[in-house]
Amino acid sequence: MTGERSLRCNGAEVRVWAQGDGEPVVFLAGFGGLPKWIPFLDRLAESRRVIVPSLPGFPGAEGHDRLDDLSDWTAATLEILEGATEGPFGLIASSVSAPLALEAAAMQRRRIAKLILIGPFGVHDERRHAIDLWAQRPGPKSYPPLLCAHPERYAALWQKPDDVDEIEWQVMEIRAREAAARYLWPLNDTGILKRAYRITQPMLLLRGTEDRLVPRACLERLQAAVAGESLIQEVPEAGHLVELDQPETLAGLVNQFF
Amino acid sequence: MKNLWFHLMPYKELPDDFRDRHESVWVDIDPGLLDPNRAHVMYNEFMDELEYAAEAGFDGICCNEHHANGYGLMPSPNLIASTLARRTEDAALCVMGNSLALYNPPIRVAEEFAMLDCISGGRLIAGFPVGSPMDTAYAYGQNPSKLRERYYEAHDLIMRAWSAEETFAFNGRFNQLRYVNVWPRPVQKPHPPVWIPGGGSIETWRWCAELDYVYCYLSYFGYKLGLRTMQGFWEEMDKLGKDRNPYRAGFLQFVGVAETHEEALRLYKEPAEYFYGRCLHVSPNYVQPPGYTTEATIRARVQSQVAAAAMKERSKQTKGGGFGGGATTWEEILEAGYVIIGTPDEVAERLREVCTTLNVGNLMLLLQFGNMSHDLTKYNTQLYAEQVLPQISGLFSEWENRWWPQPMAGAERRAPRQVAA
Repeated sequence: MTGERSLRCNGAEVRVWAQGDGEPVVFLAGFGGLPKWIPFLDRLAESRRVIVPSLPGFPGAEGHDRLDDLSDWTAATLEILEGATEGPFGLIASSVSAPLALEAAAMQRRRIAKLILIGPFGVHDERRHAIDLWAQRPGPKSYPPLLCAHPERYAALWQKPDDVDEIEWQVMEIRAREAAARYLWPLNDTGILKRAYRITQPMLLLRGTEDRLVPRACLERLQAAVAGESLIQEVPEAGHLVELDQPETLAGLVNQFF
Repeated sequence: MKNLWFHLMPYKELPDDFRDRHESVWVDIDPGLLDPNRAHVMYNEFMDELEYAAEAGFDGICCNEHHANGYGLMPSPNLIASTLARRTEDAALCVMGNSLALYNPPIRVAEEFAMLDCISGGRLIAGFPVGSPMDTAYAYGQNPSKLRERYYEAHDLIMRAWSAEETFAFNGRFNQLRYVNVWPRPVQKPHPPVWIPGGGSIETWRWCAELDYVYCYLSYFGYKLGLRTMQGFWEEMDKLGKDRNPYRAGFLQFVGVAETHEEALRLYKEPAEYFYGRCLHVSPNYVQPPGYTTEATIRARVQSQVAAAAMKERSKQTKGGGFGGGATTWEEILEAGYVIIGTPDEVAERLREVCTTLNVGNLMLLLQFGNMSHDLTKYNTQLYAEQVLPQISGLFSEWENRWWPQPMAGAERRAPRQVAA
């Protein structure tokens, strides 16, 4: 059963979900965050203690508008990770949260023992033009096919529960996009390659074969820049958010690497 | 009331099949479509038209700022305004305006506006737009989530820089300057009138009321849609205890005047269809960057019946949430009220009704639009100045206009050297 608690970060409430027993693994959600618990986390929690804190501005947390630059966001991420769990842990970060996981890993090499990144933003490769995440047609139909090989899964994640206010649900989704844009606009490049020499942890870089947002070249540039051992692996029949498209396969890869 | 002649400076030679073969007139418009030699001719004709309008008797002439835009060839309105400052005598120079968050440091705006006010002898109206999503977030790469915070901080810095009596340090959230000392300072004291172009945001209405600035609704979609927005503005002024002085507000309207109604129908069809068909062909991908619209405005728009109706109407007119792309045929354009055309008497009657209904004392007129020729622009301008303007300029004479430039006395001003024609 999923437990929920909240912690405070920089004066704002942050939701932390947890489920399962065993070695701790922290999951930072991808584009849009998590308005609901997802099957991938269930699979992972069968053998591990899964801890899922929200990042500022994503569903379950506020305070993104107090964070201006990457230093602010990194400090907030470190604060949230410290509040979410003690001791060393494995960190999984998807999509837009991956750049923050990389900054945290560069700063806390002992606590963050291993790193798995899924479709990580943070590196721009001008030779490989990906679709611009931030220039999309307004309305609910644009994002599902952009983010998932199975668009109905993203749409289902954002299907409003009956007991939730419609305006607030819409605002939550819009706010999550804004939060990510706040540290990734305009090219999704944070300059991590300049600091990647401090990332010594073992790292698994995953990418859906149908990811239209993050080209493989970006993963290769990141792999070349980090100091530790790293491996790139592509997941078939998955788009950008592999955790939604292939929960079983992804859980298997995580368990294998951790 | 005040009649201001507004130029967008559209590139007038976009191809006939532009809508079919190109995604957007803005942000990623094909650079191969622009011939600089033709732009040379257009710029000079456009500036001639602005000068002509000033000579014809318009109260003010306006230019504005756009980037990577096929319908607005003015990345730097201040360059245009500087030439107008020298070549016009009495008309207000309405720079509408400088998108504050795009200037680094923002005191550049304080400096250049002060220069314009000095050169023109105190005729500047200082427009401070936030800027469109296409200009700010996409063409200039500014973070839309921080745009308004940057805008407000830049505004505070500029206003302080214009009035400070000694050099000061500015330690802002986004701008740090050890020495702020703007030279020159504006002629107008305490500062030139400040006008704020906006798109219907409640925060902007409140901000204008608080600081006693003019709010200008610069829509390309005419008075029918504008009515709902301006009603919302005046209702908000009522709530804030402000009077309904029409000079608090400006409104943009496309107008075409001719000797007969039939002639107006014939003359202005092509430029209007060019503008609404090609110039407003903006990719919907560039309309809603994340964070550009505040949560308060999103909530208010959904909750407010008035605004919701306006959104519905706008959505209907733009066929799906894009920037333009609604009415594109002449009949649709006229039906929707985007363009007012007719004889001078017809236009005057319609504009009197529009200004009275919307309660706007500053009418910003697009008398050149789309690919309208230089000659037709002058014809339209002349007819308006001679036969429309006199019929409506007396409107709102019972109100005090506290938001108009206060130039130096004529005897104190130095006339530019005359250049042989």
